[in-house]
Amino acid sequence: MNRQIPPKKNGGSRFPARKSRPCLFLLGAGVLLLGLIFTHAHVRRHSDISSIHRLATVVEKLELTDLALFTEARYTRHPSQADLYSAFQDHPTSLEHFPMGSIAAPSAALRRLHGKVD
Amino acid sequence: MIKLLNVRKGFNLGRPNEFVAVDGVTLSMEANRVTVLKGPSGSGKTTLLSLIGCMARPTSGRIILQRGLPREYLFPNGGDTTEVEVTSLPERFLTEIRRRTFGFIFQQFNLLKGITVLENVMLPAFPLGEKHGVVKKRALALLEMFGLSGRALAKVEWLSGGEAQRVAIARALMNNPPVIIADEPTAHLDSKLSSAFMEIIARLKDQGKTAIIASHDPLVFEAKMVDRVISVRDGMLEGDTA
Amino acid sequence: MARWIEKYRSILDFTLSSLVRRKGKNLSLLVVYVLVVFMLGSAMFLTEAMKREASLVLKGAPEMVIQRLLQGRYDPIPMSYLEKIRGIRGVISAEPRLWGYIYDSAIGANYTLMVPRNVALPSGEIMIGNGISRRRMIYSKDMMSFNLSNGSSRVFTVRDVISPESELVSADLVLLSEGDFREIFELPSTHATDLVVKIRNPKELVTVAKKVMELLPDTRPIIRDEMVRTYDSVFDWRGGIVTVLLMMALLAFVILAWEKASGLSADEKREIGILKAIGWETSDVIAVKAYEGLLISFFSFTVGILLAYGHVFFFSAALFAPAMKGWSVLYPDFRITPFVDPYQVAVLFFLTVVPYTVATIVPSWRAAIVDPDSVMRS
Ligand SMILES: Nc1ncnc2c1ncn2[C@@H]1O[C@H](COP(=O)(O)OP(=O)(O)OP(=O)(O)O)[C@@H](O)[C@H]1O
Ligand SMILES: [Mg+2]
Repeated sequence: MNRQIPPKKNGGSRFPARKSRPCLFLLGAGVLLLGLIFTHAHVRRHSDISSIHRLATVVEKLELTDLALFTEARYTRHPSQADLYSAFQDHPTSLEHFPMGSIAAPSAALRRLHGKVD
Repeated sequence: MIKLLNVRKGFNLGRPNEFVAVDGVTLSMEANRVTVLKGPSGSGKTTLLSLIGCMARPTSGRIILQRGLPREYLFPNGGDTTEVEVTSLPERFLTEIRRRTFGFIFQQFNLLKGITVLENVMLPAFPLGEKHGVVKKRALALLEMFGLSGRALAKVEWLSGGEAQRVAIARALMNNPPVIIADEPTAHLDSKLSSAFMEIIARLKDQGKTAIIASHDPLVFEAKMVDRVISVRDGMLEGDTA
Repeated sequence: MARWIEKYRSILDFTLSSLVRRKGKNLSLLVVYVLVVFMLGSAMFLTEAMKREASLVLKGAPEMVIQRLLQGRYDPIPMSYLEKIRGIRGVISAEPRLWGYIYDSAIGANYTLMVPRNVALPSGEIMIGNGISRRRMIYSKDMMSFNLSNGSSRVFTVRDVISPESELVSADLVLLSEGDFREIFELPSTHATDLVVKIRNPKELVTVAKKVMELLPDTRPIIRDEMVRTYDSVFDWRGGIVTVLLMMALLAFVILAWEKASGLSADEKREIGILKAIGWETSDVIAVKAYEGLLISFFSFTVGILLAYGHVFFFSAALFAPAMKGWSVLYPDFRITPFVDPYQVAVLFFLTVVPYTVATIVPSWRAAIVDPDSVMRS
């Protein structure tokens, strides 16, 4: 009963402000930040679009058909040019984009053989 | 001001474990009086209190709140009768009447753990949508009245039994109800604290409040501020000092 | 109106106090939840952005590429096909393309060798992509050798490194002259890798493609739309790793929801009873639970999605890089342009916020409709 609680800033009351105040503030901040995502995306898209156009120009000039994102195998390097059934044929242990590739592993013998060649 | 007409309350009706806790009680209670319901364990005191306090509906019979209660308590949104039969009211009105008319003090105190004393006291006012500042001021005034100002920001689990009880009383008074209902309020208190509780009841009576207390503690039903003692046995009224 | 606001704000006050009480449980819930949203959001942002960028970049791709199929695989195409194709109505031009792969055992990478038709390179000189340059630490004027098909090797001078700005499409490119290309792969001048065809009216693309297949049954025309669509399916929201993430997230969700649904402890039930006994209505109690669910799921969503955005668009999806790179030795260094689909964000929002909030409310509903007198005996 004789415990002294130092005065807080809000109106000199020694009681803490209601909890909903920071919460509502955070909610507002959250909504604002979510909005900011879209604004930021818009602004950066705007500034990036010219370099994307330049990329398209390079693609046109070199007559490219694909992105150089996955260079591991030929059907991943040029997925749009790959023939329709190139499972396992580029690297026996490469990850498959066919669903069965994640179920069935290539035979150990094949893997050993390739290990020597690499 | 509160009338019970042939009120019956049964549990598990129609099943093998059917039990009638209150059996045909007719009773009328005046305003600004302290009434004690006494009786052995299992006699139906708690059940009777919950019926009076609009916490439960009777199986049959009628409960009527009468003139004598300030009108704004009975009809917060206006109304033109001086009598209201609570048994037939829909749930929503029942809640409304309950929180405006009755303040409950439970045997176990039933404070919410983990939140502060102040918040506990303020809780009953939240659904009414009063201004936060006003509610807080009123809660602090109540705590002050019970000598608990210093404990306002304490968590309830740190309180002693006597403190917890006074917090429970403060909470019961939060919406300034005309009727206080207390179920075995002294069960967890020593005799000194029990007398202190009865002093508080006397003070509330002086302020014009009505008190209905269920207890088999002689300290309660023999206290001098008690106006009337009603004995209950097996769900029926057995004796009445009035 | 003001009363109504004050009421729900007070209930919010109480909800927060009540959440703070179970700090540990709620914080861990928040962390798990943020992680789920972060993973899903990252995958979503990444795939959407790559898809859109691919479609913009590949606008420059050849309108039609014609491959020759032999034994089910593509094979060098005879130059003699060119004349036949040029004869088809609507075709403006048909030209050979020369490109292939070479394996560099020094770093274990595959390069794409290519003869640019619009850049004249003297024999013995090459231009390399920035990815190769970075990995091999080879720069302009340096030497680089390749193994020929006949077993010998040849040394080239690097004339230039292709601008790093175009790394996304050129990281592993080696540009060289036609003569050098044919020498490396021993490709006779009667054959090319494939053909590119220009068409007068884009509407006739399919018609021309059909005519090519009639005329030359062993060929396979690929039109630009198909190339773009390939990337649509590579970066499909339902495809590959995203499916796995989605399953994991769903599983986590089910566990959380189940925990919630069955997790209304005796204590919580008692509390609901007390609230009702002191004059709270069923709807007030449910409002507390609704706030609880909404607050946790909204903040998880917001934090998760913000982190995902930062991850993908400021840190180039660094956490996904291992999966994206796979076995690749060369990986382009590029900044992902934030193409964000508001519809997808909205879907993710509802997927995260609604089920969780419902899962929070439903069990409390049953507890909230109990008679308040139950607290008088406990
Ligand atoms: N929900 C219920 N279902 C079945 N029986 C009940 C229920 N509530 C109360 N009872 C029974 O009704 C009877 C009266 O109970 P009540 O709690 O009113 O007694 P009491 O006089 O308050 O007893 P105590 O002095 O022990 O508190 C008891 O026998 C009890 O078992
Ligand atoms: Mg009892």
